[in-house]
Amino acid sequence: MPETLTAPLKTSTGRLLRTEEMVINMGPQHPSTHGVLRLELVVEGEIVVDVIPHIGYLHRCFEKHAEHMTNYQQVIPYCDRMDYLASMNMDWGYALAVEKLLGLQVPERVEYIRVIMGELQRIASHLIALGTYGLDVGAFTPFLFCFRDREGILDLFETTCGARLLYNYIWVGGVSHDLPPGFVEKAKAFCKYFRPNIKELNDLLTYNEIFIKRTANIGVLPADVAIAYGCSGPMLRGSGVNFDLRRDDPYSIYDRFNWEVQVGKGEMGTVGDCWDRYMVRVREMEQSLNIIEQALEQIPTEGDVQSAVPKKIRPPVGDVYVRSESPRGEIGFYIISDGSTSPYRVKARSPAFVNLSVLPEISKGYMIADMIAIVGSVDIVLGEVDR
Amino acid sequence: MEQLLKTIFENDLFVYVLMAVVPLMWVLPYALFAVWLERKVSAHMQDRLGPMRTGGWHGWAQTIADILKLIQKEDIVPKAADRKLHFLAPFVVFIGSYAAFAAIPFSSAYIGSNINIGLFYIIAVSSLVVVGILMAGWSSNNKWSLLGAMRSAAQIVSYEIPTALALLSIVMIAGTLDLQEINHMQTGWFWNWYLFKKFPFVFIAFVIYSVASLAETNRTPFDIPEAESELVAGYHTEYSGMKFALFFLAEYANMFAVSAIGATLFLGGWNSPFGNFMSGPLWGVFWFLSKGMFFVFVQMWLRWTLPRLRVDQLMYVSWKVLTPWAFACILGVGFWTML
Repeated sequence: MPETLTAPLKTSTGRLLRTEEMVINMGPQHPSTHGVLRLELVVEGEIVVDVIPHIGYLHRCFEKHAEHMTNYQQVIPYCDRMDYLASMNMDWGYALAVEKLLGLQVPERVEYIRVIMGELQRIASHLIALGTYGLDVGAFTPFLFCFRDREGILDLFETTCGARLLYNYIWVGGVSHDLPPGFVEKAKAFCKYFRPNIKELNDLLTYNEIFIKRTANIGVLPADVAIAYGCSGPMLRGSGVNFDLRRDDPYSIYDRFNWEVQVGKGEMGTVGDCWDRYMVRVREMEQSLNIIEQALEQIPTEGDVQSAVPKKIRPPVGDVYVRSESPRGEIGFYIISDGSTSPYRVKARSPAFVNLSVLPEISKGYMIADMIAIVGSVDIVLGEVDR
Repeated sequence: MEQLLKTIFENDLFVYVLMAVVPLMWVLPYALFAVWLERKVSAHMQDRLGPMRTGGWHGWAQTIADILKLIQKEDIVPKAADRKLHFLAPFVVFIGSYAAFAAIPFSSAYIGSNINIGLFYIIAVSSLVVVGILMAGWSSNNKWSLLGAMRSAAQIVSYEIPTALALLSIVMIAGTLDLQEINHMQTGWFWNWYLFKKFPFVFIAFVIYSVASLAETNRTPFDIPEAESELVAGYHTEYSGMKFALFFLAEYANMFAVSAIGATLFLGGWNSPFGNFMSGPLWGVFWFLSKGMFFVFVQMWLRWTLPRLRVDQLMYVSWKVLTPWAFACILGVGFWTML
């Protein structure tokens, strides 16, 4: 930030002008807070001196609800509603945790379906993150291009399970529906269609001079701060930390695919700025396409997707914590079982909540316009922050 | 034309009123059309169709329906607002944009008021818009509005300097501030247009003018006073109904005004690009409006392509890029004229 912006105002005779800080509420109704986040900004002119995030406007007692379900499967629709832009990954995380509690092995075909769905969902979620980020810095058109491409993914989901946003698709021990006939071909066609569109997005937004000016060197999150705050996902990788649960703590069948973890390199400015976080998401979409294409080649053609779904889930007494990589970072479920048919306690560790906590740290001293860019680059989903 | 009307009606006052109302006959339908066009242009750039139902063919009546809706809407004034200023602001903004039309030559036969300092008058009167925007931002008693208004005042005042300097190089070539006179000097084929004179100085001045005029009309990439994702709706956050529509009308009127000035000074105004082919007072109107609308289209095109600059970057562009280059153009044109 230039020094002239922070220097105290003086009259021509050298007397100090009295200035006042202004407290301004951004949200819960604001076009760029991505839901019902309220940010209390203390500003000096346009310079943000302090940020106090207020959350809880979308609190729906997920954890309490989970305790009062009559069985473990019934929790899954609530997981859908946590991160409603990546419902598949939420369901998957929960299912993984319960399966570990049960010591359950799911069939091969189910694993492949889950990987395909999870990665498609990651692309869909990143598309929204990138599109709305363009919107935040004033570019409207990339937003609609991203939604156009996301539509293809939602169509695939719709043909599979009938839902477009909240799927209740990945169950404990299996999935709710087998892939419909022709799905593999359609998914391959989508991958082929989508790859050039990433380049289009890059041409239109990513390498636009104004966009770079608005995002490079803004909201720099150093790697040590990111680790100290427990950031995960593209937030962490944007800061140059090479860590991805899909590779470093492999679950499901991720160790069978050939792909690379993407990290921020500070190409346009400092490592860990908004542009890096944005770019990590763009590159992750390409990597997800690689995984999907490999999975579509390898997927076994036959197999009952519900053969391992237990009739009655009654896990032994004990507790388990299982983490997986959602589009926003590490989604972890801590489940305590008392031996009954419903969980005694479910605690969700949601990535966006943790990532949001670093916001005051990285946004002081920037302007209000930068503040918007920083909030956008964190990619929060309030359903998951508040649960 | 003024003389002709005076002999027909034999009533000076009536003729003056008539002459003043004529641009309004253009501005109102134009604004309706431009809003519709903006929607269609944005829609087709974004793989959408835009309005398709209202009125039948490609939703041509959509803006008319919107205006009717806005007229019926309740006019909400915030309790803590300064009522007088809040009421007055949209009118001041609109007057500022509309008054510029008085000196714009629509054709060789029609100009609202043929004053010999036309260009100076337009630059001066369009500054009035800032006053209205500041009034709107201050009187709304809303922090977002105030931020928008302060940004806007800073922006429009700073960008008027490169705009005026860019236009000054044309004035130096033409040696007059009379817009009608400037048009007459560009008669003939399109290489007589000032855009192609004293290459490259006037061409650079033209680019500077185009960029700066975007900022003067608060259009992307310089739309920070009403930056939706930052300031909700900027200075007109607290306006509703017809007053809100007036701000919109003023914005679109302003878009055409700056386009018209650009067309008049750089692209020959009402002159036909092909010598005597399709020239004359009526064809003049056609050429003038086509050139103006082309600029309007370019403004829309940019709006739906580019992201938005930040406030300090905007100031940087104005003071450290456009203004020095505009001065360089003036120097270049000056030396060339002396030689």
